[in-house]
Amino acid sequence: MSEQILFSIYIFVLAIFVGFEVITKVPPLLHTPLMSGSNAISGITIVGAILSAGLGHSTLGQVLGMLAVISATINVVGGFMVTDRMLEMFKKDKKKEAK
Amino acid sequence: MGAVTNVVYLIASVLFILGLKKLGSPKTARQGNVYSMLGMLLAIVITLLDQRIVDFTYIIAGLLVGSVIGAIAAKKVEMTQMPQMVALFNGFGGIASTFVAYSEFVTKLSENLPVGGTDVVVSLVLSLLIGTVTFTGSMIAFLKLQGWMPGRPIVFKGQVAFNGLLLAGTFVLGWMFGMDTMNGQTFLLVIIAIAAVLGVTSVIPIGGADMPVVISLLNSYSGLAAAATGFVLSNNVLIISGALVGASGIILTQIMCVAMNRSLANVLFAAVGTDSGSGASGGGEQRNVTRYTADDAAMIFENSESVIIVPGYGLAVAQAQHVMNELMQLLEKRGINVRFAIHPVAGRMPGHMNVLLAEANVSYDKLVEMDAINDDFQSTDVALVVGANDVINPAARYKKDSPLYGMPILNVDQAQRVMIIKRSLATGFAGEDNELFYDDNTMMLFGDAKKMLTDIVKILKDE
Repeated sequence: MSEQILFSIYIFVLAIFVGFEVITKVPPLLHTPLMSGSNAISGITIVGAILSAGLGHSTLGQVLGMLAVISATINVVGGFMVTDRMLEMFKKDKKKEAK
Repeated sequence: MGAVTNVVYLIASVLFILGLKKLGSPKTARQGNVYSMLGMLLAIVITLLDQRIVDFTYIIAGLLVGSVIGAIAAKKVEMTQMPQMVALFNGFGGIASTFVAYSEFVTKLSENLPVGGTDVVVSLVLSLLIGTVTFTGSMIAFLKLQGWMPGRPIVFKGQVAFNGLLLAGTFVLGWMFGMDTMNGQTFLLVIIAIAAVLGVTSVIPIGGADMPVVISLLNSYSGLAAAATGFVLSNNVLIISGALVGASGIILTQIMCVAMNRSLANVLFAAVGTDSGSGASGGGEQRNVTRYTADDAAMIFENSESVIIVPGYGLAVAQAQHVMNELMQLLEKRGINVRFAIHPVAGRMPGHMNVLLAEANVSYDKLVEMDAINDDFQSTDVALVVGANDVINPAARYKKDSPLYGMPILNVDQAQRVMIIKRSLATGFAGEDNELFYDDNTMMLFGDAKKMLTDIVKILKDE
């Protein structure tokens, strides 16, 4: 096993623990936005997609890269926008707060 | 990868974590989403500045097409359709991982470079496998939720064994690919094909009512696919983000399973559920039920001090959220304490009912989760149930042979009075008759939820 992969596994495992810690604190009230928002975060593959599409070593590689960019961008842009749309709707009754 | 790039990726990862952390409260949630967006933007920009990029045509084309599709979808989607939208986005995330991983392989091949050691081979195969399963599985979930495919389980003999065989097949092929990566292209393509079939055959046996579990699980897969791609590319921001999303999906899957008192294995393999859930009318014997009217309901409301509303997906189907809010305002004006009791599986995905009610301007502090409100039913005058059934069925407490047995339910039956607005006496998804309908304390209000609520509102207004 190379040192690089071991290092990657370290990061992966620690990040999973961070994920569990942070996400168990999200109230059920916000589980749908959590899902669409985390969904958008998983679109981070876009970073790899951009490199595949731009490195230009082979046309096939580039075309696949472009398809990846399209899919990941839909995921990122759509995911974040719809999450924002939902979160905007969560409001507390103003009159009540004043009381 | 340069040091600057790596530092920016680290900042992006931190912003993702902070963004998710801020989702812990509805007050900071929207800001949290902005943090995540910022993290994504930083990661994208620093990647675009990568010196190795020689050609921007494909990148810009991809970004433009994807942004337009994503933005239109996000603007147009109705809140009731959120589950299928999330399923769709999930699928795109999965297929993106497949494309990136395969493209990385093709690139190395074209340069006559070795793919890498065992670690890279394993990551590559996993990335293709998980990414593709996520894609086709999500598409099936989308079709089922959208109603373009029957929601009932589609099963064939030996399905579980067949799926197991497919999965084992991909591992064998992955091993064969690892033996000689330079000539292994065919193996990878077959792995992708098998994974595509596996995604379909593993989601079709899952019934419509179990879809919340499936999309949560697929959400987790899409994260794991991104993480696997991160291993292929040795890219830490992919690994971290993928791990976060993977964890999130698993937690939500777990919550959904607990709320239905089912194991994940039972959800995935038992093929539970019927087409619409309200097909058969449960028990054989005819029992008498007194029909009440909107007038009766209004009268009861006038003489009560506390009301808990239990909304189910039927409320959204009838498009009655707004009139529900109107009724709540009217009752509150009379000094009645009104709250909503939200069961974890109310709606079609985790937290769905909250979004539907928030859209109808219901203040979020009125939305109370099951565990926080269940003890309050006994001191409540009226429990008003709209479009919910299985989540209030007392059979879940004692009837050992019932499919609902053991499922946590809302203690509606402990309220002084129970009002149930329902089209008929039909059973819920579980096909279990609900004795609460025949109870003396229960007022059955038969009819369309929206019409019934509108009638009650009208009467209360006139007085």
